[in-house]
Amino acid sequence: MGAVTRRAPAASSARSIRIAAGQGFWGDWLEAPARQVEGGPIDYLVMDYLAEVTMSILQKQRARNPALGYATDFVTAMQRLLPELARRRIRVVANAGGVNPAGCARAVLEAARAHSLAGQVKVGVVTGDDLLDRLGALLAAGHGLVNLDTGRPLSDVRPAVQSANAYLGAAPVVEALRQGADIVITGRVTDTGLSLAPMMHEFGWRSDAWDRLAAGTVAGHIIECGAQCSGGNCLVDWQHIDLDDPGYPIIEAHADGNFAVTKHPGTGGRVSVATVTEQLVYEMGDPRAYITPDCIADFTTIQLRQAGRDRVEVSGVRGRPATEFLKVSAAYACGFKAVGTLVYAWPDALAKARRADQVLRARLSALGLAYEEILTEFVGANATHGRLAPAPGPDLAEVQLRVGVRAPDRAPVERFTREIAPLILNGPPSVTGFAGGRPKVEEVVAYWPALIPKSEVKPVVEVWEA
Amino acid sequence: MTRAAAKRAKTVQLLHLAHARSGDKGDTANVGLIALKPAFYPILVKTVTAARVARHFRGVIRGPVERYELPNLHALNFLLHGALGGGGTVSLKTDAQGKVFSTALLRMRINLPGGLRVR
Repeated sequence: MGAVTRRAPAASSARSIRIAAGQGFWGDWLEAPARQVEGGPIDYLVMDYLAEVTMSILQKQRARNPALGYATDFVTAMQRLLPELARRRIRVVANAGGVNPAGCARAVLEAARAHSLAGQVKVGVVTGDDLLDRLGALLAAGHGLVNLDTGRPLSDVRPAVQSANAYLGAAPVVEALRQGADIVITGRVTDTGLSLAPMMHEFGWRSDAWDRLAAGTVAGHIIECGAQCSGGNCLVDWQHIDLDDPGYPIIEAHADGNFAVTKHPGTGGRVSVATVTEQLVYEMGDPRAYITPDCIADFTTIQLRQAGRDRVEVSGVRGRPATEFLKVSAAYACGFKAVGTLVYAWPDALAKARRADQVLRARLSALGLAYEEILTEFVGANATHGRLAPAPGPDLAEVQLRVGVRAPDRAPVERFTREIAPLILNGPPSVTGFAGGRPKVEEVVAYWPALIPKSEVKPVVEVWEA
Repeated sequence: MTRAAAKRAKTVQLLHLAHARSGDKGDTANVGLIALKPAFYPILVKTVTAARVARHFRGVIRGPVERYELPNLHALNFLLHGALGGGGTVSLKTDAQGKVFSTALLRMRINLPGGLRVR
């Protein structure tokens, strides 16, 4: 199962592999994984499913049904693609396991058996990231899990915590690949680690080859949001980018750490210095210190070069030693919220919407309802850019009144949802757009970032066979 | 031409010099501002300072602004703290994840350096 037995891509160097991104988040385009597999040669398909809030949603799903708690879209994709993946020996790495990687692996093995692929598919399972059951012991041992943004200790919200996961790096995925896994399913492994791991495995990169690990990390960052680096959501020349069938990105990685970003021929989208740069700066903090469990990458060393149509070469990436800590993401319940909307039409649409907002607030106040926050936005006038947007004239065709409330208890939020519809008949005129019905009360699950020493987290790797 | 119009004629909106992408980390929005041509990058470095961006977003964000330089990418990265109404899932804002702070920054007008032709 080593690199040498795999088909070398049609690139100039045999020591290169093609890593395709098939999913940028749970909810991304269902067609993308199939397009990546069927659109041309690839060696690895990597898929990122886990946003911060996703883990707590999955935790709730598992609480209701112990067989769930993973990204079910991934299993659907595998059901569709397993025969082709097995035939072409394409390996898959995905953090689709969520809070139940074993459950996800069992579902994929089931799919393999249904395709009569028993004995042909090995599934690697990476766990050890889930700290929920260990929180009490960790806090008792003196790990405060202090909130990186607010400085508060986790003990302040302990009873409300719904999930707590350490971000694992590439190492356990590399181990699963070394043990021959064709499909590696993980819990909370970093988005960048999913792409870095195949490079470390195929090229034999050591865990202290900081520049190479940083290069692989940058590659992972570029493709972790799927088509957002290959023409999607790109401001430059967006009018002329074909987005009907966007090509998702492919990394052509070399053993020396240099790589190219490209996509399958004949697809839409675009890979240019502009599209890649926009993704590089996405969610960036200090560019000299992009910290992952694997290394610290210095984004000020990245060199980009347009090397042809839909092909950007990346070189020069420098890295520094990883820290002794892993990031922890906890999620805790902190109240309830709801958002209600109504649409007001010409003439004086904005004035009517403003008046409706005043009426609504007066009624909530008369009922004695208290909220942590009431936020009013006028969609079409100022919702996204606030006072930076010029004031609209009186001829504005329509505006959407959008009011959100948040409170520690459900009751005042529930009552708010009953105060929107009456405005249609007993509020300002020319109002419509209530077809969606009463607003939904949502539980607010907030995110708690913290650090934990690496020595406290032991990743577990298992490889199962269909 | 009114005095205001004359003043406006000597300025240029960042939209014509740069493109941008923004995202979130907790209650902080980041905006990566990227020069459309390498020649524009020094203009951005000189004029689009952290203080200037903080003034631009006054009343829109609650916290300070930090700036980082990426000369290799002809880009600046701004961190806008207290920008997202509590951030992520807590926020009631339409733009709870700071996705369009990018173009909000591109609304900024800066003085047009002498001899510069942007189009």
